[in-house]
Amino acid sequence: MTQKNRLKTGGRIERGKPMKFSYNGRSYQGFEGDTLAAALLANGVDIVGRSFKYSRPRGIVAAGAEEPNAVLQLGATEATQVPNVRATQQELFDGLVAHATNGWPNAELDLMSYVGKVGGRMMPPGFYYKTFMYPQSLWETYEKFIRKAAGLGRSPLENDPDTYDHLNQHADVMIVGGGPAGLAAALQAARSGARVILADEQQEFGGALLHSKEQIDGRPATEWVTKVVEELRGYDNVLLLPRSTVNGYHDHNFLTIHERRTDHIADKAPANISRQRMHRVRAKWVVLATGAHERPLVFGNNDVPGCMLASAVSTYINRYAVVPGNELVLMTTNDHAYHCALDWANAGRKVVAIVDTRANPDGELVQRAKQQGLKVITGSAVIEVQGSKRVSGVSVAPISADGSRVTGSVERLSCDTVASSGGWSPAVHLSCHTGSRPEWRDDIIGFVPGKTVQKQLTAGALNGSYSLQACLEEGTKAGIDAAANAGFGDSAADVKAPQANAHREGKAMPLFHVPHTKPTSRAPKQFVDYQNDVTAAGIELATREGFESIEHVKRYTAMGFGTDQGKLGNINGMAIAAKSLNQTIPETGTTIFRPNYTPITFGAIAGRHCGELFDPKRYTPMHKWHLEQGAKFEDVGLWKRPWYFPKAGESMQEALNRECRATRESVGILDASTLGKIDIQGKDAREFLGRVYSNAWAKLAVGKCRYGLMCGEDGMVFDDGVTSCLAENHFIMTTTTGGAARVLEWLELYHQTEWPELEVYFNTVTDQWATMTISGPNSRKLLSELTDDIDLDRDTFKFMDWREGTVAGVPARVFRISFTGELSFEINVQANYGLHVWEKLFEQGEKYNITPYGTETMHILRAEKGFIIAGQDTDGSVHPYDLGMGWCVSNQKPFSFIGKRGMAREDCVKPNRKQLVGLKTKDPQKVIPEGSQAVNDPQQPLPMTMLGHVTSSYYSACLGHSIAMGFVRGGHDRMGETVYYPQADGSVIEAEICSPIFLDPKGERQNV
Amino acid sequence: MQKYSGFGLLKHALSHHENWQRVWRNPQPKKKYDVIIVGGGGHGLATAYYLAKEHGITNVAVLEKGYLGGGNTARNTTIVRSNYLWDEAAHLYEHAMKLWEGLSQDLNYNVMFSQRGVLNLGHTLQDMRDIERRVNANRLNGIDGEVLDAKQVQEIVPIMDCSENTRYPVMGASWQPRAGVARHDAVAWGFARAADALGVDLIQQCEVIDILTEDGAAIGVETKQHGVIKADRIGCVTAGNSGVMAKMAGFKLPLESHPLQALVSEPIKPILDTVVMSNHVHGYVSQSDKGDLVIGAGIDGYNGYGQRGSYPTIEHTVQAIVELFPMFSRVRMNRQWGGIVDTCPDACPIISDTPVENLFFNCGWGTGGFKATPGSGHVFAATLARGEAHELAKPFSMFRFHDGSLIDEHGAAGVAH
Repeated sequence: MTQKNRLKTGGRIERGKPMKFSYNGRSYQGFEGDTLAAALLANGVDIVGRSFKYSRPRGIVAAGAEEPNAVLQLGATEATQVPNVRATQQELFDGLVAHATNGWPNAELDLMSYVGKVGGRMMPPGFYYKTFMYPQSLWETYEKFIRKAAGLGRSPLENDPDTYDHLNQHADVMIVGGGPAGLAAALQAARSGARVILADEQQEFGGALLHSKEQIDGRPATEWVTKVVEELRGYDNVLLLPRSTVNGYHDHNFLTIHERRTDHIADKAPANISRQRMHRVRAKWVVLATGAHERPLVFGNNDVPGCMLASAVSTYINRYAVVPGNELVLMTTNDHAYHCALDWANAGRKVVAIVDTRANPDGELVQRAKQQGLKVITGSAVIEVQGSKRVSGVSVAPISADGSRVTGSVERLSCDTVASSGGWSPAVHLSCHTGSRPEWRDDIIGFVPGKTVQKQLTAGALNGSYSLQACLEEGTKAGIDAAANAGFGDSAADVKAPQANAHREGKAMPLFHVPHTKPTSRAPKQFVDYQNDVTAAGIELATREGFESIEHVKRYTAMGFGTDQGKLGNINGMAIAAKSLNQTIPETGTTIFRPNYTPITFGAIAGRHCGELFDPKRYTPMHKWHLEQGAKFEDVGLWKRPWYFPKAGESMQEALNRECRATRESVGILDASTLGKIDIQGKDAREFLGRVYSNAWAKLAVGKCRYGLMCGEDGMVFDDGVTSCLAENHFIMTTTTGGAARVLEWLELYHQTEWPELEVYFNTVTDQWATMTISGPNSRKLLSELTDDIDLDRDTFKFMDWREGTVAGVPARVFRISFTGELSFEINVQANYGLHVWEKLFEQGEKYNITPYGTETMHILRAEKGFIIAGQDTDGSVHPYDLGMGWCVSNQKPFSFIGKRGMAREDCVKPNRKQLVGLKTKDPQKVIPEGSQAVNDPQQPLPMTMLGHVTSSYYSACLGHSIAMGFVRGGHDRMGETVYYPQADGSVIEAEICSPIFLDPKGERQNV
Repeated sequence: MQKYSGFGLLKHALSHHENWQRVWRNPQPKKKYDVIIVGGGGHGLATAYYLAKEHGITNVAVLEKGYLGGGNTARNTTIVRSNYLWDEAAHLYEHAMKLWEGLSQDLNYNVMFSQRGVLNLGHTLQDMRDIERRVNANRLNGIDGEVLDAKQVQEIVPIMDCSENTRYPVMGASWQPRAGVARHDAVAWGFARAADALGVDLIQQCEVIDILTEDGAAIGVETKQHGVIKADRIGCVTAGNSGVMAKMAGFKLPLESHPLQALVSEPIKPILDTVVMSNHVHGYVSQSDKGDLVIGAGIDGYNGYGQRGSYPTIEHTVQAIVELFPMFSRVRMNRQWGGIVDTCPDACPIISDTPVENLFFNCGWGTGGFKATPGSGHVFAATLARGEAHELAKPFSMFRFHDGSLIDEHGAAGVAH
């Protein structure tokens, strides 16, 4: 197909670089420099989609971020599909594949449109709230059909082959928008020496100047753009980011910029380049120069393909050399839009008429149009469009001076394009992201940024300063001021802004909704929000029904809910709501502007933090050895911990049985490096420990270790571990693996906020030490073969002592503590020596059949002894007494301790609390599933009275039967009684309440 | 009240929808009411509705400083479930669930309650222990629920990455088939319309600036726009501002107010039929009937009243979603927003009398209040009507923090709210 709408000359396209692309399976050609929308228009493609509710054909309306209709599916392969790409913002590349997102069998011939035509009247705003209710059972069937209509594009079904990354940036001056105001600002800020970032969503800087025919300093404006950009490129202190949308403006001048690095090349990024990048910017000062969006007028059938924004028409003609039609009718409320008709005429196509809603327009552009012989119909409006798949004509009628009603007879004009302009709406979005509310200005008929607490300046059309000269002046000043505020340059410097050719513009008319001869409810549909099929009648209906807050109007009609977030239609909608409610636009107000300015790929927000890199992995120094031994791993916090070490052909239970037996019979070894280790020093360290642990620490001597329980303010246990006294003012605390960071934060929190007077310092040393625990009757023998300077005598190196010395030739701290109930030594060495010592232990331990065990065997061995695991046997709702660990609470401490008062509350001391007990199943081979809930009466109808749950449950190979720990209400006083555990499959497991200490109740084994 | 139906819709279509009645009146406040509800969100409106419907108390005003349903009712991720761990919470949320299952018909307003099921994923052995524990408790409490393994999860959500190749592979999930989503705005509007029809005055743009007391009892409120309005009883249902309201009455609540954020993708064709929640990787997602992926983020650590949160929280949530659904990497996020949640230390609400006589509070729902809306309103209405806590509300007294009878869903349930 030829590019029938392409002009022979002009535009900023590379005619020497033709590009092939396909749309809905047909091949087309465009040029480098085109957007997809420009290329589609060049080829005469009118229909780019079907509307959401009524399936009406829709064409391209705009040329930028405000486009509601040309939302296409992009992607040549399954994995590189991108839903909802706005064709007006997608640069054309060779081989681009695009599809319309709606329409069956296709957007051109959509059969659903008949349903829309017939059923449309049944679908006013909120219709689904009013129906589909009866019978109750059918709603989800109705919903299946409603859901079928959902969505625009589709998600890829394969994983994304591309990567995304993040860059943190610091700027003295961050300038958003590279139009005339932004460029002028950037130039001044750059010259001051400040670090400047200039970001613009388009592929080249210049903004509206790229399609303007205006002049700066006597030369075409684009020459000025080129000169400025060249100068900026020469500065080391300037970062230019084209194709980069500032999508969010957060508190404290934190901004996010979404840079599309490769979307203009292909739908898959070239090798070794991230597809998109998020810049996370902290800026001293921000200059917003985000420009303005033109407002279309709202009139009958204003969604027929061929209805466009006036400025978009100019953009396509001047920038892309594309005239999107043959015969134009322009409707305008202002002078500026006359550019559109002039550009159209200059392109050699027919301007049927300029319909000006004002009675007596008299600006320079109006005069120029008249001089060129263009027909200007004043005091009139296009009240309705004819045509279905393309505009075929319009109805024009005179209207009252206030624009509220049609005052005369209707005239038909034949045309294929209707451009409209209701003036401009400053792009206040970013200025509102941090909570600032925009302010209405009658003189510019728009909202401008309101008061802010951010260090932010604004310039240009964003301020409602629509003339090029004003943009240049405000930009220049903002650039100087922002740099000076950030400590660069001289704010008093007399810098002259570039000079634009000025022309006198007449006053614009505040008109949003064009009247019709019929009342709005009966007139042809007048669309406000194209993407969601929100009409003027819909908005009036919403207000009539009592949805009077603009937020209610939005939520009831779905106005502004689309992917353009109301950039095109919201101000019109607000004006229509205001009129309907008989109040002013500022009284009506706006809805809230929130990030993103335009949609951002999830991948770009996630950056590299997905897949394997979602969270860092922590490995112990012996990890390599575990891998070689075929260990199975368990995620505990960030750590990869060996879970168990199966041998070939062994089931998990067989491996556990073997590991348990080997430990109890000879010696087992556990990599305990993951336990949190916090070095605590200072003259008040001991006092501090006494306050954060429930038990006493005043008398712990140097060389001794003690187990401690840590409770929250509510008295509930949240962590535990052994802390050892290294020197009078020096302790090493161990925490649970998952709780290490939380405990350190807890200590710091209390130190910094409650007891800053205590002299104590905390330092995490988890990673600095490798820890290996040898456990079992042969552990002393084994250790003695690897140390010659630690006296291992049972009476001098007692249980709960620690010693410093050398193990396997390496300096070590050895703690005689036990989590298995066996004779046990915990050897700590500098982390880099860990693997060496570990391997030495295996060399020497071979004769003892030294057996590595993982967390699961550790769990079994400790459960045989009734030791708790914080986080498994506790859940933030149990205090030490509930756990039967009252021995670990000292109420004699002079200062009290965290949790003391909490656990003394009325509910916490009542006798019938859930208490931790041991459980023996009636069938000794039956292991109660963890998480089973105890009841007294398994026959009780639902809801049953539950007594507590099983926290830990295993088969104990050493004991030859199952063991379990769990909570039972009042359990400490119910020893020997039976409780029942009803299972999901209907079976019931019976168990007897017993002491949780199943093995060696006197604790003799650890004292050998 | 004009009854809504498909037939009515047809009838109105023929008259160009010009004759629809107002959904609610816009009354001037009276000098005195039997009951004033402060806060016109879902919970407040539900309270007013059930006061009128179940207790015949219709001389009721709902005072709303902004627009009806404009607080957290307007900003949540619409998830409804009742699979809570502790009996007290489970009974309360299940009470709400039963009301949800007939709410559209009761209100004659389609709140689009869609029982498409909720999966709470487990990624660690401890997650799975907690899931077993919770599902067992649910089952014995008469609440539907199953424990699924990774393969069964994959069958329900074929597009989720349930492979071993992720940082935290999915090990299984709890599955509550009766759980689902509802259209959040419609819930507020439906209750408002039905309450208005029973005579309740809904006063929007009416901000309470003081609670008036006499001899330790509340007698009315002072408002910014309408001066003093008196009442025999006052119920505060002002999520996000409960601490501020309590201060007016002269006491403190054990609450912290935090920003909570959510976000949506652009609308895409239906691809996710159920609600997926993962506490471990910190994200949850469902797909609306419009096609948006509706995604909930975690709370920000700091306290604040600005209805927006920090960007790193959004980043982390999106990372979690991409981790679970790598194919969503190329889908785009359209919009993010924030609300303010009042959180209790035990992550359970306060439905309670207060140190001030005749003043009651319903607050502290933290990150999970939407799902309770009808149940919360129902038991709070009973509490206000009788002047003492409804049986299901009793455990949620604010005085539980004095006696220690906490209901710690926070530490125990291991579930994102």
